[in-house]
Amino acid sequence: MRHEGKTEARLGRIRGSEPPRRHNARTIAALTSNPGCARRAVLDAAGVDKERLAARVGFPAAFGQSQFAIVRGNAFEKQVKADGCAELLRLLRELLGLDLEQATYRDLGAGETGDSLHPRHAAARAQLAGAAEGARPTVFDHPLLRLDIAGQEVYLEPDLVAFQHGGAFHVVEIKSFPVIDGQADGEKVAAAAIQSAVYVLALRRLLGRADAVSHEVVLVCPKDFSNVPVATTIDVRRQLLVLEHQLARLTRIDTLLDALPDDLTLDLAENGAGGPVVTAEALTGALGRVAARYAPGCLSTCELAFFCRREAAGRTATLGAGVREELGGVETIDEALGLAHGTLAPDEERAEAAAMLRTAARVYAEGLQAASAAVPPAPVALTADGEPAAPPGAGAGP
Amino acid sequence: MSAVEAYARLLAARAGAAQPVASVRHVHLSERPLVLVPLTMAGEANAPLAALVGTDERAPALLVVGQPRDRALRFAFASELAGILLAHVERCAAAGTEPVKPPKAAARQQPATAPAGRGAGRAGAAAGGLGGAPAGADAAGTGEQGTDGPGADWEAEAAPEPAEPVRFLDAPQVLVPNRAGIDFVRLFGRSTRFRATTGEHAVPAAVPVLGRWLTYLAGRAEHPGSASLVAMTEALTLHWATGQSALEDANLAALMAWIDPPAGLSGPEAALLAEDPVRWPPAGPATDPQFDNRVLAPAIRAYDAAAAGQAGSGGGDERLGEALAEIQRVARTQLEPTWRLMWRAVDRLRALPAAASAPRRWERDRARFTAYYSYLRDSDGGLPQARRDGAVAAARRLGALERELAEYEADRAFDDPLVLAGHRVTGEAFVGTVVGADRERRRPNERGSLVTRPLVQLRTVDPARLATGTRVRSPARPGQTGVTLAVEPADDGFLVVLELSGGMGRSKVPPPGSVPKVGETLAYTSLLVEGAFSAGLPAPEDTPWTHGGPPSPYEPAEQDARELWE
Amino acid sequence: MSVTGAGARVTGAGGRLESPAAAAERVITAILADFRSGRHRGVVVDSPPGAGKSTLVVRAATGLAVDGERLMIVAQTNEQVDDLVEKLAVALADQAPDLRVGRLGRAGYVPPPRLDGLPNVVVGSDLKSLADPDITVATAAKWAYVRDSAWRWAIVDEAYQMRSDALLAIARLFEQALFVGDPGQLDPFSTVENDRWRGLTWDPMQSAVAVLLRSNHDLPVHNLPVSWRLPRSAERVVADAFYPFTGFRTGNDDGDRRLTFTGRGSAGDLAGGVPAGGVPARGAGAGAVDDVLDVAAATGWGLLELPPRYTLRTDAEAVRAVADVTRRLLARGAVASALDRRDEHPVTAGQVAVGAAHRDQVAAIRAALGELAGDVVVDTANRLQGREYDVTVVLHPLSGRRDATAFHLEAGRLCVLASRHRQACVVVARAGIRELLDTHPSHEPVHLREPVRFPDGWAANQTVLAQLERHAVRL
Repeated sequence: MRHEGKTEARLGRIRGSEPPRRHNARTIAALTSNPGCARRAVLDAAGVDKERLAARVGFPAAFGQSQFAIVRGNAFEKQVKADGCAELLRLLRELLGLDLEQATYRDLGAGETGDSLHPRHAAARAQLAGAAEGARPTVFDHPLLRLDIAGQEVYLEPDLVAFQHGGAFHVVEIKSFPVIDGQADGEKVAAAAIQSAVYVLALRRLLGRADAVSHEVVLVCPKDFSNVPVATTIDVRRQLLVLEHQLARLTRIDTLLDALPDDLTLDLAENGAGGPVVTAEALTGALGRVAARYAPGCLSTCELAFFCRREAAGRTATLGAGVREELGGVETIDEALGLAHGTLAPDEERAEAAAMLRTAARVYAEGLQAASAAVPPAPVALTADGEPAAPPGAGAGP
Repeated sequence: MSAVEAYARLLAARAGAAQPVASVRHVHLSERPLVLVPLTMAGEANAPLAALVGTDERAPALLVVGQPRDRALRFAFASELAGILLAHVERCAAAGTEPVKPPKAAARQQPATAPAGRGAGRAGAAAGGLGGAPAGADAAGTGEQGTDGPGADWEAEAAPEPAEPVRFLDAPQVLVPNRAGIDFVRLFGRSTRFRATTGEHAVPAAVPVLGRWLTYLAGRAEHPGSASLVAMTEALTLHWATGQSALEDANLAALMAWIDPPAGLSGPEAALLAEDPVRWPPAGPATDPQFDNRVLAPAIRAYDAAAAGQAGSGGGDERLGEALAEIQRVARTQLEPTWRLMWRAVDRLRALPAAASAPRRWERDRARFTAYYSYLRDSDGGLPQARRDGAVAAARRLGALERELAEYEADRAFDDPLVLAGHRVTGEAFVGTVVGADRERRRPNERGSLVTRPLVQLRTVDPARLATGTRVRSPARPGQTGVTLAVEPADDGFLVVLELSGGMGRSKVPPPGSVPKVGETLAYTSLLVEGAFSAGLPAPEDTPWTHGGPPSPYEPAEQDARELWE
Repeated sequence: MSVTGAGARVTGAGGRLESPAAAAERVITAILADFRSGRHRGVVVDSPPGAGKSTLVVRAATGLAVDGERLMIVAQTNEQVDDLVEKLAVALADQAPDLRVGRLGRAGYVPPPRLDGLPNVVVGSDLKSLADPDITVATAAKWAYVRDSAWRWAIVDEAYQMRSDALLAIARLFEQALFVGDPGQLDPFSTVENDRWRGLTWDPMQSAVAVLLRSNHDLPVHNLPVSWRLPRSAERVVADAFYPFTGFRTGNDDGDRRLTFTGRGSAGDLAGGVPAGGVPARGAGAGAVDDVLDVAAATGWGLLELPPRYTLRTDAEAVRAVADVTRRLLARGAVASALDRRDEHPVTAGQVAVGAAHRDQVAAIRAALGELAGDVVVDTANRLQGREYDVTVVLHPLSGRRDATAFHLEAGRLCVLASRHRQACVVVARAGIRELLDTHPSHEPVHLREPVRFPDGWAANQTVLAQLERHAVRL
């Protein structure tokens, strides 16, 4: 007997009276982009609307999509799927070298609404499992898949096409970024690859056979500067490896929840009077109880990043991993400067970092002095408080 | 990221202002650089929406595309941009020439490369319309076959010596706000250079020429130390460290907020404001989605409606003009803040004295410009650059880039004590005081004859980590090379023993001053440009079986000219 | 790294029923037959660590030479060339004393003493001075300058260490070639970052073998099936982590390779110095160092785990621990026995190597080893490629790190460090690597048409760590 009920109830309290946000391939893929962040894990598990939460605590995310991009994306997808995926089938035929004269198209998502997930998933399962044994090549659109995430069964936004032939499936991902002379934006392809890997995994689990779904997914994009679609296979074995590992090790959400106060809530709903159920201050306080792992990369992937960046102010992590590396793992900017200028006596653990930082401070000061004098530098004396006697200009250059 | 740069970021975070990480300007700046701030339409493949461009801060040209999905309008934009860029190119070419010293014969062990093959045809045939060839210039770069496109991957040729007997005194310099701006130039070059100026899909004559020059510029931007096409954010971060991450530095407004904050604001305060897309529109080419949805979309709809009305009724020029004026107005609101920022950044950079080696790197830019200019004028040249590098072109280009990178890094450390400082922390360079010198030391060389090889001993407190036998040089004595004979711990630092050669004249006893004296303080760096060897690569048509064999010769295809673009 | 989807895999590991020698001989026979058949312009041989790669090269070369065929051999470093020349000279002296090996070097090249006095070796800086030897050996860089000569046969050694542009420069010199190398070792690299060539079959940044196989899909690819170097204890971890698709077996069996200690040494052997704080680093430490050596002696692997801490690369405590392990190993009079080779000998300093990821770590370890540094080889993974020792001591590339970079995660780096030993390997690391790997963000860009590199460095690190944790001793 699992404690599903208890966990669900707990997550429900955190979310409050709002309906949960559904997981999608993107949120699951995000598990691999910052797997050490407990804050993100809890918020996603509870289905909290991070974008609105960020706005409520005063750090609105800079995300948002241009309608031009949305229109273009939809138009391209529509074009590829038009006439029962005629265009898509042509591409698959060429790419996979198949005879697909008899292929059929089946839309598993048509006319469905969000509140009938179980039956819809069951239907998808029946169709896909049946097809796995059947012979006729079929394009399945919008199948609703499910995945176990940190002990929770979650439904994935049915944003995929699964192509079956000879009992084997390929996941097809249609994206509207261009492939120009055979090359595409590496970040965008990486995002498509990890999202596809989520679908491959969910499909494999649904069918109960790893070999039923190819690790080669088909990416369909516009070619060069045109609207003509072009298909390329991407090997997602690496993404599957990472994803499976992260899902397997993902701290059971219970463990994370156990460390949190029982009454923690991030309810974004309004009360009857149009005011918030939970004030912004209380939301900020509650967020602070869930540890985050901020890195500058979060700014482009997580809705809460601006909040977390503010929270991490003064930490070397805000300067980026490369900088922190050069600082020998010293946690805060003040400590690092204290060690560099000798105002903070290093403990044994940080003796080496301190020596390196002192060298950096000394040669930097000498370099500045040499530059201003344009003669070979001489050692710079440190003042009593350890700052270089000729400190770098408070301003920025000349 | 060196430890010194990391430390400077700490200082910047504490001071709330950017800190210098360079004391001289490592990037050449032209008297009149061409600043280009492009915007593209979201969702499309590098479809231009608008641009501010020009060499005069007070008089930029504003180019807009009323409906960016319209192919004809895009090419009209390309044609306008061509007018500006090609005029800039011509101005640089008209600035005069200087003679080039013939390369020293056999100075390098450089295997002769067989003459490269030429593509079988001309795609654009549109190199006309340029000014007269420079006096004395003759056939320039040779064509080279690409993978699946016309040849002339001219730029990949890594000939270390310029092929031209003369060199233009100036070369185009284009400044864009950021790395994505360079990508815009590259992709816009790609989408225009294959176009035909005749036939069913004809585009204005200057469009394919623009494509070639944009591709040339984007290619130069890959070369370390080249200043032909520069991303402003990168030029700035080469000279200043901020108290934020490199990722945040990619936002020009936020970066300039740390370097040059408005009065009354600290760097971080100004940077926070700079991240607000309403206050500081993004520096492009991507636009702010909210701007797209709230401002641009209605303006484009109005334009479409006006255009449809005009098409329907035959009249309505006025309405169309108004709609276009509105798009121009809203585009200007997104472009002008960045435009001003670009010129402020130019001013900040210009205030730094030029690095000693920057003119030499610019000379290479000028030489490549001269060669490409001539190539386009050559009756046998003018092919658009290949879509992708062939095997030989790729290997040549990689070799050239590696050599130039090593050179650039060595030069910067040599030119700038702040850059050198970074290498002192890692032990690749040190500054020390001469504590002993044996000026008259002589020893037998490999052939047994006596040569003068003075010894100097230096004391340093830097963590000098130089293996025995490492070659070093001092910026103060560039003609002289030292070899470390010993690096031994000595109280609080190291004692370095160097054996010197060169820079001492021919007499048996080096003249006074040619060998460092006791008490002198000197910097030495082990980052040196060693003899640049270049492997003897085959001619493209001799590409061996190991690399797929010779590429098939290019046949101009109608498809090259047509290539759907909407 | 391995190339998938290209080349036709022809031979590989057989079942356990076949004796190792028979399995290896079967594969070598097939390789030589393929190579000599003239049916393939290229034959590729993938060799796991210590699988007799040089032996194969020497056998293929001498076979051709004895049959009167001239051939050229390409290696990547001068040291590799000298090694090959020596082995070839010895082999030819037996079989055909009148045949000669030419060593082509740069101008001013001085042959090492071990080549002096070999009567069948000629040395020169150009082909003319070699006077047409039967076998000519040079580095790829040197071959690139050879003009107006051609060979029917070539052997390219360490071909996975060779960048494809280097092969492009010399491919005109031969008609058909045997490419031999270890796909698990470090890939060649470039200082230049540029995505322009990604996805091209002839990407100049890729290894020579990768480009060769992508351009020629039908070339036979053989796998040498037996590692003669590695002890059985290393078979599973190295094969699983770094050769997941081909695998290999060891020539020895459980219990064949043993490490025993004849003495106790004394505490004074831990002369790693007194740390900055002035507190001696011994006490419990000495016990742990001996314990990890005992574990390694018994199982072939040892992990000396230091308390978790984020440190600089030159973590003084870890460096001291590496030095202490090395020192104690020698002080305790380690004896290596190999039943499979009918060999038993004391482990001397020259048979011990210390490996690390960075040059500054190597410098720090050398300093900590003091006088021993002259005899014990201390080097980076790059420079330890292709070499073997009785016992290795490794500073884990991820020790003390907060973030892992592609450099530190590279599978080839760990593979080199974890596969140089005949008896045992002791790894020194800070605790916390597991956490580092688990929280490692995975966001490398993906490039179309670029073959996926396997094994993945992150996954290989997980595999190796899981194995090492079973042999952990905490300091």
